[in-house]
Amino acid sequence: MNEIGLEHILFVSTALFFIGVFGFLTRKNMITMLMAIELILNSVNINFIAFNKYLYADKLDGLFFTIFIIAIAAAEASVAIAIIIHLYRSLKSIDVDDADLMKF
Amino acid sequence: MLNFNYIALIPLLPIISFLIIGLIGRRYFPVFSGLLGTLSLLVSFLLSAFVAYQYFFEFGKVDGVYQQIIALKYVWLQFSPNIAIDMGILLDPISVMMIVIVTFISLMVHIYSIGYMHGEPRYATYYAFLSLFTFSMLGLVLSSNIFQIYIFWELVGVSSFLLIGYYYEKPSAVAASKKAFIVTRFADLGFLIGILVLSYYSETLDFQTLIQRLTTEGSYLSGIAGASFLGCSALTWGLVLVFAGGAGKSAMFPFHIWLPDAMEGPTPVSALIHAATMVVAGVYLVARLFPVFSNSGPNALEVVAYIGIFSSMLAAIIACTQTDIKRVLAYSTMSQIGFMMFALGVSGYHGEEGVGFMASMFHLFTHSIFKALLFLGAGAVIHYVHSNEMKDMGGLRKLMPITHITFLLACLAIAGIPPFAGFFSKEEILLACWNSNKLIFGAAVLTAGLTAFYMFRLYFSIFWSKEYKSHNTNHDADAHHGEAPGTMLLPLIILGGLSVVAGFVPFSHLVTADGLAFETEFHLGFAIGPILIAVSAIILAWYMYCKESIVPQKIADSLKGFYTAAYRKFYFDEIYLFITKKIVFNLIGRPAAWIDKNIFDGFINLLASVTESISESIKSLQSGKLQEYAIYFFAGTLGFVLLFIYLWA
Repeated sequence: MNEIGLEHILFVSTALFFIGVFGFLTRKNMITMLMAIELILNSVNINFIAFNKYLYADKLDGLFFTIFIIAIAAAEASVAIAIIIHLYRSLKSIDVDDADLMKF
Repeated sequence: MLNFNYIALIPLLPIISFLIIGLIGRRYFPVFSGLLGTLSLLVSFLLSAFVAYQYFFEFGKVDGVYQQIIALKYVWLQFSPNIAIDMGILLDPISVMMIVIVTFISLMVHIYSIGYMHGEPRYATYYAFLSLFTFSMLGLVLSSNIFQIYIFWELVGVSSFLLIGYYYEKPSAVAASKKAFIVTRFADLGFLIGILVLSYYSETLDFQTLIQRLTTEGSYLSGIAGASFLGCSALTWGLVLVFAGGAGKSAMFPFHIWLPDAMEGPTPVSALIHAATMVVAGVYLVARLFPVFSNSGPNALEVVAYIGIFSSMLAAIIACTQTDIKRVLAYSTMSQIGFMMFALGVSGYHGEEGVGFMASMFHLFTHSIFKALLFLGAGAVIHYVHSNEMKDMGGLRKLMPITHITFLLACLAIAGIPPFAGFFSKEEILLACWNSNKLIFGAAVLTAGLTAFYMFRLYFSIFWSKEYKSHNTNHDADAHHGEAPGTMLLPLIILGGLSVVAGFVPFSHLVTADGLAFETEFHLGFAIGPILIAVSAIILAWYMYCKESIVPQKIADSLKGFYTAAYRKFYFDEIYLFITKKIVFNLIGRPAAWIDKNIFDGFINLLASVTESISESIKSLQSGKLQEYAIYFFAGTLGFVLLFIYLWA
């Protein structure tokens, strides 16, 4: 049988990216939106790993970027959750449509 | 080389006393501010006298020619390697003469004002302004740079404005100060353009370089003389425009209307600014640029001469009809400045041809003494009578003997009776006119006769005529019986003495156009005519005004139209008001206001309302909904991606 090639992996990561975008745009729960963002970030991670493995097998740059992104995603998640908790305290809701105070 | 740094103290002392009085003295020691101003000016005067002595008798003369010496120079604004505005001190015969006159008259006025302004609520402010004026005037006469002179020119204008409007509770004083400022400022516009024209062609602002470049043959002179505009060369235009500025300050026709109104200021101020010093700034300016004027061909100097003689006659005729004693003196000032102007106008440059220049400076010198004396004497009279009108005076000779004597001396001096000061200078002026222009000579002799007539009309009306009756019944009568206080009499006596002897200064050896001394001859046959005219004018004035009589009224009635016109100052104020209010305001001001309100404002308002309506219609884009923003963001990114993929290549 055929081996799993770069195209397959890129297909998976693209699918993951658009699932994330779809989730970000349609979900109203902020926690779920945060999870959608994680999906987007992970699709990028997969891209990095895949390109590194298939194109520049003797280098480690892609791996390092992935590790950085995971670390930053963790930090970002903690900040985002802190913001969500504060919003919940003042709005009694974590629905993103309720947080629409910053407008004209 | 000698050390000249101390000369800077002459203008600096008054400005220091201005700052001290203005910032501190006004609040903490108002009573002593007069003394402070007077003392600082005394030092200034002594320094100027010392400088004058040194300049004229020790180092000023090299090989028999008085040199121009740059005593101090400090580059203030460097525009380009060639053009810079410097702050400097230029010593030459006329500037040295002027600093002595300015500090001396200013000192006299300072002393006089201690008595005259005693008890005024804004006494310290008055002295602060006087010091400011003295500083500006000294800076003006010592300027080494044409732009420096312009700066100080405006400063004397401001101090004159402040002092005319000193009694700012009086609407007439406020109006007069505004009028003086606006009229002179308008004339200064001409001065500024003149400076630009001259400096554009000569590529310098420095007086010495400018004069040197515009009087010697070369590319600069041919450039400015070759460029012509409306039939005259750029040089003539530049000089005439500079003269326009001078005419504004010196109250020459057609800018003379501010001077009579300026008499609203305190009388010592009129003596200092509007008789002795500031109003001769125009004469000084022409004298400063005289080599250029004289070298530029006859056009510019003819303008100076004819404007001078016309203003002189006009003012003398008006002076014969006025009844406010300060206004008579104001018109007399204008007339005498006209004498100085046309003396410059008829003068040549070299040697004996320069007698007009010398006579003009001589007359400036003697006039400042006797005219200051006349004003200070008039101030003493006004102080006594509490009125400016002639009809309230009369018979004061017994009540104010010292004022009477000194006033008489000044009147004799201005009328040109030998051996008083005015005789010598006026004689030289007439001689200069005789040598060059017979028409001006005739007019000048006539004006000199009119001068004698109106001065003695003034004198007889104040000191003789009817018996003096105090019209101030409610006033404390005892307080005013007797002469003015000693501080007011001292300057009168000093100036009175000088009016007698100042004519004997050998001016032709000291102040001449080219720095070379020459001998003036005294021609008895020539002098006798003007003397006889002056004497007969005095006798006429005696006949008409010594006793109360109906003769003046009869003469006025027989010349009804002309008399009324002269009494109304030939309607110049009305004409100017008509031009400004009716023509300028209606034809230019109102359309301009309409265009401003409707077209310019309308355009700006249109911009604003368009912006507002567009913002109003698109403001709902900013909804606060996070996911809407995200959709725009993704759509935009996607759009760009598609753009780059399919359209870029």
